[in-house]
Amino acid sequence: MQVEEFLEATARRFPDKIAVAAGEHRLTYAELTSRVRRLAGGLVKAGVGRGERVAIVLENSVDAVVAIFAVLKAGAVFVMLNPTIKSEKLTGVLNNCRGAALIAYARTVEALRAGGHETPHLRVVVLAGSEPARPGPDLPRLLAWDALVRPEQDSAIPGPKCIDVDLAALLYTSGSTGKPKGVMMTHLNLTSITQSIITYLELTSDDTILNVLPLSFGYGLTQVLMSAFMGCTLILERSFAYPAAILDRMTKERVTGFPLVSSISAILLQMDLRKWDLSRLRYITSAAAMLPVEHIRKLRELLPHMKIYSMYGLTECMRVTYLPPEQIDIRPSSVGKGMPNEQVYIVDEKGEEVGPGVTGELVIRGSNVMKGYWEAPEETARALRDGPYPWEKVLYSGDLFRMDEEGYLYFVARKDDIIKTRGEKVSPREVEDVLYGLPEVAEAAVVGVPDEILGSAIKAVLTLRNGATLSEQTVQRYCREHLEDFMVPKFVEFREELPKTTSGKIARRELGVSGGSSS
Amino acid sequence: MTDHAQQLRTFIIENFLFGQAGGDGLCDTDSFLDKGIIDSTGMLELVAFLEKTYGIKVGDEEFVPENLDSIQNLVQFLGRKRAGAAGGA
Repeated sequence: MQVEEFLEATARRFPDKIAVAAGEHRLTYAELTSRVRRLAGGLVKAGVGRGERVAIVLENSVDAVVAIFAVLKAGAVFVMLNPTIKSEKLTGVLNNCRGAALIAYARTVEALRAGGHETPHLRVVVLAGSEPARPGPDLPRLLAWDALVRPEQDSAIPGPKCIDVDLAALLYTSGSTGKPKGVMMTHLNLTSITQSIITYLELTSDDTILNVLPLSFGYGLTQVLMSAFMGCTLILERSFAYPAAILDRMTKERVTGFPLVSSISAILLQMDLRKWDLSRLRYITSAAAMLPVEHIRKLRELLPHMKIYSMYGLTECMRVTYLPPEQIDIRPSSVGKGMPNEQVYIVDEKGEEVGPGVTGELVIRGSNVMKGYWEAPEETARALRDGPYPWEKVLYSGDLFRMDEEGYLYFVARKDDIIKTRGEKVSPREVEDVLYGLPEVAEAAVVGVPDEILGSAIKAVLTLRNGATLSEQTVQRYCREHLEDFMVPKFVEFREELPKTTSGKIARRELGVSGGSSS
Repeated sequence: MTDHAQQLRTFIIENFLFGQAGGDGLCDTDSFLDKGIIDSTGMLELVAFLEKTYGIKVGDEEFVPENLDSIQNLVQFLGRKRAGAAGGA
């Protein structure tokens, strides 16, 4: 079955139920599927074909959900990108995946145009939001979202009929080389992942999920899919900047499920949660980075009725493990075991499976595992390798784990230098490449430093060219212009020299940075 | 009132926009959320600044856009907080 068919089946069961709400906007399942059908028809009519890639750059909104399912309904592949993406990276992604269409707000379209880079494959731009963009010869065909989803468009041309091994999504993730890689997910991948998570969360159509995570992030995207598959109500918020407003909304909407990352629990625990009625909240989930055990203990004390699911995942298969909630007091630092319909094990350097207590790389087999990185055979070969059976490849996670005697897993470290901040992966190389764009910079090294709220905060350590001067603020401003917000260094330190390896490379791990501010 | 607005504007531009107000500048009514100016950790920094500079205490339930999501909202919020304090709270 196709991903969009699950939504359609849900809409037949619960046509009048609220499917998604964001800000002032609310759509029932019938309204959602009708908009999906019309937008899909518009894309097909504009010439978007089966398997073509459509980039979506929208904030958490009802439109973002419509766009995801409409792209699938049109037989195409959605490429969900962070709404703070800058024009250089957007151009890079559009050219990498040969994106045929882009669904975005005027500000993104104008920034793309101001960037002045060629996007030769882009034929259609669907303009969402209320602000207009200037049409011009430099832009491909410009279509207005509102015109496409008008009710009279309902005679829309149906899309091509796909099968479940067709590609559904490309999820771009940071790679250690600094160039983002497109993780290829088929309809079957997404369906399998969604069903496994629904099973262990014991999700029902009575659940209402509130999601503040960006939908470009696998953990955010799964909330949309789970909700649509089960017929839940999904409340979308753009950020956790106003925690009281989120908690008010949770109370008002009788939210039962709340996915979070450790930076959110850190803020929640600074508040007096007794001021809000959270008796409906059935569960919270944590993924991306471990919740500190102290957070878990405090949350258990404050909200004893609530289940806490400690989980672990990576974009390449979205989700790997979960800790059954009844284990959370027994082994709070564990991320549990493999989720339903999946097998995980730990291997040593030679690829041999190891037993309890031994640290090694976590390997994953299951129908959740990606098909590879888009047109990147070498990187794909490093991640997807031969496993125990001749008919399949297994996923090497790049993360070191150990297992206890009862088979529960514990995260130890990453094998590479990737930084996890606010639960998102950041490649030091990607930030360093931008820093080298500053003419004053001679050398740059980017590392993560411990941060109570962010998990890790990004720190840039720089040496400058002879006679050059630069302020922390100038560096941050430049980064903000060229990187997504979560990648901008929180701290900048200037040094006379950087430590080197014997081969002359900068030794990030020997920088000896501990605290944050030193500038 | 306008002094507060100017002080807040300077803090926001220096700390969240790294000294650059952008092409259209920062209007008093611009929503920080809509413009993508302040995230959740930035909000904690802004509130710490409010508490330190203006000697107020921001309660948990006051972390809402109506109080904090634009320079205008911030100025009005400060006005209300100070009136409340003067009223013998």
